[in-house]
Amino acid sequence: MWAFIKRHEGLWLFTRSPAVMIAAIVALAIMIGAVFAPWIAPVNPYDLASFSLMDGLLPPVWEEFGSERFLLGTDDQGRDMISSILYGARLSLIIGVSAMIIASVLGVGLGLAAGYFGGRFDAIVMRIADIQLALPAILTALLIDGIARGILPPEMQQDLRVAVLTLAIALSLWVNFARTARASTFVQMNKEYVQAAVMQGQHPLRIMFVHILPNILGPLLVIMTVDLASAILLEATLSFLGIGLPADSPSLGTLIRIGMQFLLSGEWWILWIPTLFLIALVVSINVLGDFLRDVFNPRLR
Amino acid sequence: MVYFIAKRLVQSLFVMLAVAFLAFSLFRFVGDPITQMTGVETSVEDQERLRDELGLNDPFAYQFARFTGDMLQGDFGFSYRTRQPVAEMIATRIPATLELGVVALLISLFVGIPAGVYTALRPRGAATQAILMMTLVGVSIPTFVIGIILIFFFGVQLGWLPTFGRGGTVNLGGWDTSFLTVDGWRAIILPAITLGVYQLTLTMRLVRAEMMDVMQSDYIRFATARGVPMGRLYFKHALANTMVPVITIIGLQFGGVIAFSIVTESVFQWPGMGLLFLESIRFVDIPVMGVYLVVIAFFFVLVNLIVDLLYVAIDPRLRIRDVS
Repeated sequence: MWAFIKRHEGLWLFTRSPAVMIAAIVALAIMIGAVFAPWIAPVNPYDLASFSLMDGLLPPVWEEFGSERFLLGTDDQGRDMISSILYGARLSLIIGVSAMIIASVLGVGLGLAAGYFGGRFDAIVMRIADIQLALPAILTALLIDGIARGILPPEMQQDLRVAVLTLAIALSLWVNFARTARASTFVQMNKEYVQAAVMQGQHPLRIMFVHILPNILGPLLVIMTVDLASAILLEATLSFLGIGLPADSPSLGTLIRIGMQFLLSGEWWILWIPTLFLIALVVSINVLGDFLRDVFNPRLR
Repeated sequence: MVYFIAKRLVQSLFVMLAVAFLAFSLFRFVGDPITQMTGVETSVEDQERLRDELGLNDPFAYQFARFTGDMLQGDFGFSYRTRQPVAEMIATRIPATLELGVVALLISLFVGIPAGVYTALRPRGAATQAILMMTLVGVSIPTFVIGIILIFFFGVQLGWLPTFGRGGTVNLGGWDTSFLTVDGWRAIILPAITLGVYQLTLTMRLVRAEMMDVMQSDYIRFATARGVPMGRLYFKHALANTMVPVITIIGLQFGGVIAFSIVTESVFQWPGMGLLFLESIRFVDIPVMGVYLVVIAFFFVLVNLIVDLLYVAIDPRLRIRDVS
């Protein structure tokens, strides 16, 4: 086992850095908690019958008046904080991961094609990317969300909220993928294996996805991690602004927005526990992203 | 020189046209303006007549030309929600956002540049490590959380500073400024820090990287050998040569400052353009959304134009190249 780890430089580096290991454990724990929320969480926060106003505003268990039934306390409705946070993290991660996947498929596809075909197609894709890069992601996401609100009929708004949010975030993050994929593809285009494939008359799609893509995966993996953190932050920010998910199906950002109402009163846990949770999640993903960058880019080590 | 400026002006004009087109498409294709303006009891014939009167049946290019012409004359249309002229709504909000943005940028420069120089000159110092660690945390914490933390400590726990609104403002010829009252200054501190933190880390990292680069160069070594005093060496010779990329970033950061001011304004209930934009999204107030875009793009283009001109002022080499 140890010999295996030592032989793989990435894994070996991993065991040498306590910060990276802690980050990995935190990220993994939160993800497991989020994925298995329906089985782990004490109650279902979406089920109105599962909580009662009588339990409202109970502090965490270690504080005075804390109850063992609610380890991290309850909000003003009597909802268990642990359950709300686990379900909230679940929504945040679902949106974050799907947005990141959509953005990477779109961005890598366009970037590969731009790098492979070059010429006018490349110019058009990159001009669009440049324009979007001038607009910060949050502005793009807000705009797309606003347009969706204008186009969709009101009765569909609620059902499609998660989808609209995911798409808005994905469309504001694809540029990074496209630029990186394009730059890496340019490098690969001069290599002999690509030229050989072209000479054989293989289909461009096959060359792009079967031959080139596996060779440029490294830098893309780094961007995927960093953009996952960005996507989660974007979702949290939009929900905090009241543009994202509504209060009856809260994500972490929505929970923080609700907690803001208790900033001036003594109920600190309603605000700070979801906030800490969000920061822990984003910081650990960012640390992992930094680590991956070092692994794939030995020059920076 | 003249050619350079003219080229940049034409480019800027194209960017503005593109943004105006985007705003126009928003206005024209997202939702139907007629249903927004009329009630349910308006008959179909009346709706059609209104459509004709407003010129919504005219050719697309003609409509766009008219839209651009109106904008140039300062006619930005009416808000769907408040029925007020959009130009007026935005104009009253501009001072708040610009003052917030300027103070945030100043904070990021006056803290970021010295910190960048220091961390570049003493790369192994304990203070450097601490500063670098803090910037890493600063990048990972979302803007709105930084705002909440500041509000909690300085507003709620210590009670030193106000946590919402602009405080007292003084009207200077239509421009409401909060720079002339103590109250206004107290109110702007927390939002400006919130907005400035992210820009600060960017500025610092950039100055640090550039400074470390420049310190390796031959002319700095030569100046050291000649015995140029350290202060003069660092700030006159070294720092001056890092200024071109730093100014570029300031220009680019301006877009970020404006965008993140949406978040900051929401946290601090700061009555600026960002808050107006958020409301317009929530109520699908397309005219306000469109005009906000055009106004932001205008500031963006303007700042970048100024940045380009500053290059020439700062870097004499660019002037020589231009002559040749």
